[in-house]
Amino acid sequence: MWATELPPFVPFFIAAVLALLTRGNVRNAIMLIAPVLGGLHLLTVPEGAHLQLAFLGYELVPYRVDKLSLIFGFAFHIAAFIAILYALHVRDTVQQLAGLLYAGSALGAVFAGDLLTLFVFWELLALTSVFLVWARRTTRSYYAGLRYLIIQVLSGVVLLVGILFHASATGSLDFAQIGTGSVAGWLILFAFGVKCAFPFLHNWLTDAYPEATPTGTVFLSAFTTKVAVYCLARAYPGTELLVYVGATMACFPIFFAVIENDLRRVLAYSLINQVGFMVVGIGIGTALSINGAVSHAFNDIIFKGLLFMSMGAVLHMTGRINGSDLGGLYKTMPRTTIFCIIGAASISAFPLFSGFVSKSMVMSAAIEEGYDWIWLMLLFASAGVFHHAGIKIPYFAFFAHDSGIRVSDPPLNMQLAMFIAAVLCVTIGVYPSVLYGLLPYDTGYSPYDATHVLAQTQLLFFSALAFVWLNLRGMYPPELRSTNLDVEWVYRRLCPTLLRGVFARMGSIGALNSAFVDRIALLSPVLARQLGPQGFLASTHPVGSMVKWVTILLAVYLILSFV
Amino acid sequence: MNSEKTYFFDKPANVKRLMNVFYACCAILVVLDFVINRYTYHSWENLWAFYPMYGFVGCVVLVVIAKWMRTFLMRDEDYYDREEQRRLDESVSNSMTGEEDHHVGH
Repeated sequence: MWATELPPFVPFFIAAVLALLTRGNVRNAIMLIAPVLGGLHLLTVPEGAHLQLAFLGYELVPYRVDKLSLIFGFAFHIAAFIAILYALHVRDTVQQLAGLLYAGSALGAVFAGDLLTLFVFWELLALTSVFLVWARRTTRSYYAGLRYLIIQVLSGVVLLVGILFHASATGSLDFAQIGTGSVAGWLILFAFGVKCAFPFLHNWLTDAYPEATPTGTVFLSAFTTKVAVYCLARAYPGTELLVYVGATMACFPIFFAVIENDLRRVLAYSLINQVGFMVVGIGIGTALSINGAVSHAFNDIIFKGLLFMSMGAVLHMTGRINGSDLGGLYKTMPRTTIFCIIGAASISAFPLFSGFVSKSMVMSAAIEEGYDWIWLMLLFASAGVFHHAGIKIPYFAFFAHDSGIRVSDPPLNMQLAMFIAAVLCVTIGVYPSVLYGLLPYDTGYSPYDATHVLAQTQLLFFSALAFVWLNLRGMYPPELRSTNLDVEWVYRRLCPTLLRGVFARMGSIGALNSAFVDRIALLSPVLARQLGPQGFLASTHPVGSMVKWVTILLAVYLILSFV
Repeated sequence: MNSEKTYFFDKPANVKRLMNVFYACCAILVVLDFVINRYTYHSWENLWAFYPMYGFVGCVVLVVIAKWMRTFLMRDEDYYDREEQRRLDESVSNSMTGEEDHHVGH
C-alpha cells in the first residue's frame, strides 16, 4: 500500500493534522480511515527492522516488527477504530486530535525497536491522553488530569534515567530482555510498573479514567496499560517477582470494586484486576503463559472497551454514573443492556466469550509451573471479577431498583461501535483460532475441553448464586454516595495537610519576626528623643568640661601606676 | 404511571421464573461433576464440588471483607472535592484581582 519503512504511528499523526484542517463529515471520514488503512497495511508488513538510523553513536530502530509487537499493533488498530467510531458524534477538536495522537503514540511505542524511541512515545502517551481527561472541563477532571500527568511524566523520567544507566552499562539501546540484574533494570521496571498500575502505584488509573469524558475513557482503557504490558512482556518475561505482583493486582482491586459507587471507577478497578492476570502470565514466562498474557491483553482491549462504552452510553444519555442513581435502564436502553452483558460475560470468562480463551491459558500455566497458591488467588480473582464487573455493573445500571430514568439507546455511532466490539468478543470466544494464529508462540493449546468448561461454569454460576443469596439476605453492601480511601490519600490528603502544617509553622516564624520589628518600632520614639536635636547626645558641651574629664582620666592613670 | 408500559421484570412472576431457571442450572452443574469424568491438575480439584464451593465461599468472603472495609475507608462523596474547589477558587480570585502575595514590611 505504501512504503514498508513508514511506521504505523505516521498515518495517525497525519490524520490528526488533516483533521485539524477539516470539519464535519470530511474530518469524520479521515479519522475513520486512518486506523482502517493502517491496520490493512500492517497485514502486509513482514517481520524485521524496517527503519534504522544512527544517533550520537547509538543505533536507533524506530520501527521494528515481530510477532509480539504485531499482535499489539492489530489490537491497537481495532481499538482505535472502535473508539473513534464511538466518539464520532463528539464535536470537540481537542478530544478528536488527542484521541488520534494518543492511539498513534501507543503504536509508536509498541513498534519501537530501541529504548530511546520508546521513551519518546512513552512521554507522548502521557501528554496526548491527558487532554481526554481535561476535555471533561470540570474541576475534578482538571485536578485528576494534573495528577495523572505528573505521575505519567514522572514514570517517563525514571524510564529515561534507567535507559541512560542501561546504555552506559551495555553500550546498546536495543529494546530486548532487560531483567532485574542491575540498577537500570529496576529503574526501568519501576517506570513500566507505574504505567502498568502496580499495587501502590495504581491510583492514577482509578483517579483519572472515571473523570475523563464518556468517549475519552474508551481510548484511555485501551492503550496506556497495554503498552506497559507489552513492554513487560518484552523486557521482563520470566521475572518471578511479577507473578506475585500480578496476583496481588488481580485480587486487591476487587474489594474496592465491590464498594465503589461510580460504575466507571468500578471498571477502572477491574481493569487493574485484568492487567494482574497478564502480569502473572509474563512473570511465569513459559510459552503458554506469555501467550496467555498477550492474548488476554488483546481481548481485554476489546471487552473492557465494550464495558466502558456501555457505561459511557449510560453517562452520555442520563448524565449520571453512580450506581446509587441508576437502575431499570434495560426498559428503554435494551441494546446497550445487551452489549453490556456481552462485555460482562467476556470479562468474566464465560465459555464462548473472549475472556475464557485467554484467561484459561494463564491459569493453566500457573498450575503447570507449580504456583498452587497463585492459582488459587487467580481463581478467587476470576470469581471476584464476575461478581463486580460481570454482575454488579449490568445489575445496578440496567436492573436493580427502577430509578425512573427513561432515556433511549445512545446515538447510532455509539451503538455501532459497541456492536462491533460485542461481535468481536463472541467471535474470538467461539473461534479462538482467529486469535491464536496471531500469538507469538505455537503451543497447540485448546481451551474447550470438558474439564475447563465445566470448572469455569461451576465457578461462575456459584459466584452468581452467592450474589443472589447475599442480596436476598440483605447482606449485599448497598450503593452509597461515598469516596473510598485508597493509596491516593497519601498524596491527595496527607502530604498537602503536612505541607500546609509546615507552611503554617513558617508563617508563625514570620509572625515572630514582625513582632520583633514592632518592638523596635516602639523603641523608636525613645531613641528619637535621645538622638534628636533636643536629645542628650545632641546637646553641646563647653570645652572646659572636656579638660575636666581629661584631668580626671590622667589622675586615674596616675593612681593606677602606683598601685 | 398507569400509562406506562409494563416491562419484563416488572412482573414478579417473570423474576421468579428466571431465578428458578438459574437455580436449576446450578443444580445441574453440581450433578455434572459426577457425570463428567474430568482430569485434574491438582489434588484440591478432587474435593467434592470444589469449584462451586470455591466460587460461592470466595464471593461471600469477598463481600463480607469489602463491607468491613467500608467501616474505615468510607468518607463523604466530596471528601477530596471541597479542598480542591477551595484551592481553585483561591487561585481564580487571585488572578482576577491581580493581587499578588507580597511580604512587605510596615
